[in-house]
Amino acid sequence: MFARGLKRKSPEDGEDMEGGLAGARATPSYSLQRQSLLDMSLVKLQLCHMLVEPNLCRSVLIANTVRQIQEEMSQDGTWRVVAPQAAGRAPLDRLVSTDILCRSVREQEGERPAPDVGDGHTADLVPGLAVVPSAQALRSPQSSLWEVDSSRENRGGFQKSLDQIFETLENKTSGSVEELFADVDSSYYDLDAVLTGMVGSTPSAHANRCLHPASPAASLVG
Amino acid sequence: QVGCGGGGVGAGGGNDIQWCFSQVKGAVDDDVAEADIISTVEFNHSGELLATGDKGGRVVIFQQEQENKIQSHSRGEYNVYSTFQSHEPEFDYLKSLEIEEKINKIRWLPQKNAAQFLLSTNDKTIKLWKISERDKRPEGYNLKEEDGRYRDPTTVTTLRVPVFRPMDLMVEASPRRIFANAHTYHINSISINSDYETYLSADDLRINLWHLEITDRSFNIVDIKPANMEELTEVITAAEFHPNSCNTFVYSSSKGTIRLCDMRASALCDRHSKLFEEPEDPSNRSFFSEIISSISDVKFSHSGRYMMTRDYLSVKIWDLNMENRPVETYQVHEYLRSKLCSLYENDCIFDKFECCWNGSDSVVMTGSYNNFFRMFDRNTKRDITLEASRENNKPRTVLKPRKVCASGKRKKDEISVDSLDFNKKILHTAWHPKENIIAVATTNNLYIFQDKVN
Repeated sequence: MFARGLKRKSPEDGEDMEGGLAGARATPSYSLQRQSLLDMSLVKLQLCHMLVEPNLCRSVLIANTVRQIQEEMSQDGTWRVVAPQAAGRAPLDRLVSTDILCRSVREQEGERPAPDVGDGHTADLVPGLAVVPSAQALRSPQSSLWEVDSSRENRGGFQKSLDQIFETLENKTSGSVEELFADVDSSYYDLDAVLTGMVGSTPSAHANRCLHPASPAASLVG
Repeated sequence: QVGCGGGGVGAGGGNDIQWCFSQVKGAVDDDVAEADIISTVEFNHSGELLATGDKGGRVVIFQQEQENKIQSHSRGEYNVYSTFQSHEPEFDYLKSLEIEEKINKIRWLPQKNAAQFLLSTNDKTIKLWKISERDKRPEGYNLKEEDGRYRDPTTVTTLRVPVFRPMDLMVEASPRRIFANAHTYHINSISINSDYETYLSADDLRINLWHLEITDRSFNIVDIKPANMEELTEVITAAEFHPNSCNTFVYSSSKGTIRLCDMRASALCDRHSKLFEEPEDPSNRSFFSEIISSISDVKFSHSGRYMMTRDYLSVKIWDLNMENRPVETYQVHEYLRSKLCSLYENDCIFDKFECCWNGSDSVVMTGSYNNFFRMFDRNTKRDITLEASRENNKPRTVLKPRKVCASGKRKKDEISVDSLDFNKKILHTAWHPKENIIAVATTNNLYIFQDKVN
């Protein structure tokens, strides 16, 4: 994963990114680089170590970087604000974004979005259940998908999604009753199986309760 | 002591040191077994013992052999004294997450009797280990056979006094205390108080105070967890007790600040007594400014008057009496500043380098990439870059200083930034408390260097 050396960057690229920003901000190359930094950061936040808790310090630093970019883009006017009702819809979509932590970007892009079932309120009813991302996904598998490529319109929701990421980290501590009694499938530990969605349902207790036990979104991973 | 021109860093007295290779421990092959990755290195208070912890949860302790008076051209070598499995991997069923067995930190207690004690910690649990020697065993019991079977008392016709007879030295490690279930987040630091009765453990958001004798209770002394986790923007990265004041400790943050707290002020030390922070240099501002300002290690000087912090590119020395800026700043690898984007991409920018003082607080040391490590002499203001590599393998070979060429024409013997191996990082280093002996950990090898002795 680590490069043996470093990618060579031409001197002015390096300066655009890290040097005096004031004059360079307007240039297209700067916004492209800033955009790619934003995309890279979001990918970093989404990928996590499957079986071990993500490093909180690293997540916080990356999230802060994303916020900085977002702020600057807001000032530039390049950050498009999301329409109010879309933002209102955000809760369910964004809640499920915690699931994104555990899935690769490639997997998300392969799935088709569907209308929101609108049961975002169930999230609040039973806090214990709400914290389990896969349970949410399983209830409405089609609507649980977060469109990454069309997300330019949803950028206003990114702030919320960062917050949801931290909420997950927080909520994981309270645990859920289901997990106590869940049988853990041994293929759960197979990273490749999980990423490719081969693992049908984990834990199996969830499968018994949900509509689409075989949905790839069902793979609950840490 | 041979005086030398250039290439050495003094240890007080102004004489330059010449560092020589002494030993290397660990596997030779390039294929690194994950469990063998060294995660912490620490000398004990006398320097006689050197402990390492690894990703596999093991602790290996080396002991310095007594100086050979005849062959006095080197100080005693370190040989394996004890190896034990400190932590095992665990599974947290509530969160469906593994708890790594990797040893994050080891801290020695000062020696009070024949046994040695150390604290070792992984992400969640701290353990107090007793390491004791056994070189005698009792023989000649009346009621027991030598193999331990009990004799029928009616068959005993004479009595004898059991005696201790010598046996081969056995070093035993036993866990004496287990301090568990007090940390929701990952423990990054442990520090023993100068009262030798209490210690602190710090995770990303909280710091707890323990008594070494009491495992079922700890006191929370710092809590920076926001009520709403969505508001989290800063975490605790390191913490340490003051070496002399048992009521004082510091903790550093991911935003480059250090807070000094006095436990006498209140039970919960959320309000710092002092806040150390250097104002940002606006000309160096970038999207990576915050990340590179994140402090990866904080260490008090032995004197207690100064503290040292390590951030991604530099080492800073702070006078405890001055909060608004460090008194000294040393650039570790400034040539990386123009590469921050790539280092962010490959995650190297999140590497947590440690730093350490020499016994007299005159020299500080820290690691870098390409198996390089750096030393800064606070008095002469000279610095040196050395490499931990098996190529300089002969004992008493003086290490050649290394140099990285930042840009432009590379001179002979220099390495260009683009040729650096970012997989070879030296995160953990330790300096003997009294002598010029250093322990430098590469990914899976431990190097011991000494100054040249005539």
